[in-house]
This record gives sequence, structure tokens and C-alpha cells, in this order.
Amino acid sequence: MASLPGWRTLPPGAVILEPGSSVRYKTADWRTLRPVIDQEKCVRCRICWTYCPEPAILELEKPYTAKSGRTYRVTYEIDYDYCKGCGICAEECPVKAITMVEEVR
Amino acid sequence: MVEKLAEFVANGELDAEFIHVESEHSALSAVVGASAAGARVFTATSSQGLLLMYEIMHIASSIRLPVVMSIATRAISAPINIWCDHSDFMAASDSGWIMLMGMNAQEAHDLVIAAYRIAEDPRVLLPVAVGYDGFWISHTVEPVYVLEKEEALRYAPKRVTWRALDPEKPVTMGPLASPEWYFEFRVQLQKAIEGSRGAISEALREFGQHFGREYREVDGFYTDDADVVLVAMGSVTGTAIPFAEEARKAGLRVGVVNVRLFRPFPEEEVFKHLENAKVVAVVDRAINPGSPFVGPLYSDVAVTAFKRGLDIPVLNYVTGLGGRAVLRSHLEAMVKHAYGFVGKRMRDVETHYGFVGVRE
Repeated sequence: MASLPGWRTLPPGAVILEPGSSVRYKTADWRTLRPVIDQEKCVRCRICWTYCPEPAILELEKPYTAKSGRTYRVTYEIDYDYCKGCGICAEECPVKAITMVEEVR
Repeated sequence: MVEKLAEFVANGELDAEFIHVESEHSALSAVVGASAAGARVFTATSSQGLLLMYEIMHIASSIRLPVVMSIATRAISAPINIWCDHSDFMAASDSGWIMLMGMNAQEAHDLVIAAYRIAEDPRVLLPVAVGYDGFWISHTVEPVYVLEKEEALRYAPKRVTWRALDPEKPVTMGPLASPEWYFEFRVQLQKAIEGSRGAISEALREFGQHFGREYREVDGFYTDDADVVLVAMGSVTGTAIPFAEEARKAGLRVGVVNVRLFRPFPEEEVFKHLENAKVVAVVDRAINPGSPFVGPLYSDVAVTAFKRGLDIPVLNYVTGLGGRAVLRSHLEAMVKHAYGFVGKRMRDVETHYGFVGVRE
């Protein structure tokens, strides 16, 4: 925090001079529980992706072969920069592939 | 004031957009938006209307927009009362606005013009509220010199000195500031209002040079040799000055201080008129229920004295609430009561405040 600009140099009235700067603002730092996807259990049903209010579930073109031998074309991952840890994904997952784990910093 | 402005706009004498809105909250929001877009803006209100604007008052000052507003100061509900006191004005005194109080209709007009010079000064960029007593000034007939447009603009030329919205250079106004940013902007606001004194003095002095009517932050009358100094704001000072002249003939050495600038509070200028007094009597037209300083003006005057080690009784007389007239006889009662404390110190005073002109 000491490296941030102080009141003498910040633009008056909290005006933000750079358009689009909010993309640099990561909004996940108040998360207390983090969802973790078990890629083995995940059946790629896309329900978590549909329910996530952020959306912070990423559908990636990343093939994955499970121990059972089944190969999936996509992989679901959590975008931890924006996931607030609400747990809706874990609640909705029909195969219980998502667990909420306490954040440790 | 707004009725007259509506007339000017309707007659084509004032080049302005007159915006009708559904509430005071919207009125101040509309002028905040227009000011952000680079317009010179004005609105006016009173009483419950000001309370409804309260939320947006903080936003105007925090975004540092040079909004100008007049407040015909009135009582607040309940019970419903549409007459004069300073409850509304004082309730808004912590909102980061520069606040002036006129003592007659001419001042109400002149200070609004001066307010633009102050608000739009690039060293200031803060909203300014000009108070004047509801009904006693706002609804009584008094001749007023109304400035011609050209002369007003010569004194306060319209230049966009603040960062206005521009599609070519997009900015964000009023964003979220999380705990690692917010504090800095509150300090900025405090420093801005603290630092506005020079620009205020300049604007008032130059008003005098342009129009021959010079206003100071604080006026003192007969304070050099006064035993009792009455400190007041608004129209009551117009009663207090002739009262002091009369009282002096009867052997009571009374001085009067008119506080014209309330925020930022001009401590040095007020103190100058207190230091020779034996007792200070502060006249308030509002109360802060439950505060150790019952009257809001009293609170500032007492702290001003205390900070400078002035150990004389500083007393508070609350009067004229809800439109009750403040008569010379009321002022006389205050002064006679205050005279009983001559020679004492603050700690000798048991009860610091009293109500004048109320039934028990």
C-alpha cells in the first residue's frame, strides 16, 4: 500500500483518467472458500458454467483423458481472479466434482 | 430566487436550460450531472428538500464539482413548519461544501454571484451553498440591485476550470474506491476546503472592487471595547447592530459579530473580535440535540476561543426556532444575562446554554 500514490498526487475527486482501467481490478480478494474441480469426477455437463453468476468458470479447449480412458474435448477451470467463492457451482454440480476449500493466505 | 430565474429564462433574458425534476434528490443529481458535463449550474432548496439532497451534497463535493446552490434556511419537520431557522443549513454543514450566509436580500443575491468565482476557482473546485433566512429574507420585500449579465460575467467569466466529461478524453467520475484508495480522497476534500480561504477572500474583495459592495468572511461591530460580544448569523445580525447602538446609549457595551462564511469556519477572523470581550454570547437558530455544544455556531465559536486559550465565558442562546421572531428585547435579555458572567472564567459557568423566547 505504501507504493500507491498519496492524496497529494491522486487526481482530485477520484476521477479515473484512464478508460478501461477496471480490467486490471481483480475482484476475488474477499473470497474465503475456493472451489476446486476434480477433473476425474467432472462429466463436462456445463452446469457450473451455466450457473456461475460471475462468470468465473472457464470452458477451455483443453482435451483431458480420465483414468477410465474416457477423453473429453474440453476442461472446466475456475478463474480465481474473479471467483468470489459463492459455492453455487459446488451446490449445482450433479456429480459432486467441485469441493469448497478454505482459503489459506 | 428560483421563481425569478424561471422568469428570466422564460423571457429569454437568461440563456439557460430550466430543468423540471420530480424531487430535490433529482434536482441536485441533475445539476451534478450537468456540472460534470461542463455547465455552470444552480439550484435552490430549503428544509426537507435540503435533507433529501443531503446524499448528493456529499457526492457533489467529493467529485469536486463547482455547483452553486442557495438555501432559504428553514426549520425541519416534525412538526411541520415552513418558517425560518438554521436547522437545515446546519445539518448540511459537514457535507464538504463552502457555506456562506447572507444577512439581507442584497447579500443573498451578491453572494450567489461571488459563489461562482469561489467554486470555479481552479484552486478550489468545491460546491458553494449560500444561505439566507427563510421568510425573513426570502419572502419579504426589499429592494435589490440585480447585476446586469455582462457585469456579472466580467466579474465571474465562465470558463470550464474543472475536469468535465469529454467523449474524446473519456474519464470515470464517482468510481468505487476500496479501502486502499478511499481515505486519500477524504483527506483531499479536507485539504481542499481548508485551502480555499485565499480564493474566498479574493473573490469577496474583488466583488467589492467591481460593484462597490464589499463583503468579508466576518464582520465585527463595536467589538474593540465591548464587554459582551454577540455572535450571530443571518438576518438576526440586522437586528443586533441597531440594538448594540441603542444598548451603548444605555451603558451596555455590546459588540456584534456577523459570521458570513460558515464553512470553512474563519477562526482567526472570528477570534479577532472576541479577544477583547469579557463574555461571548453566541446566538443560534438551530440545535444539535444531545451535543455538549447545543448550538452549532456555538460549537465552532467556543472551540475557536478554547484553541487560542481565551478563558472567558462563552455562552449559547438558542432562539428563533421555527420562525419565531427574534426581537431586540430578546437580544437585550441575552446581553443582560451575559453581563452577569463578566469577570468569570469558562469553568465557573454551570449552564452554558439557554433558550430565549420559548414558553416553559
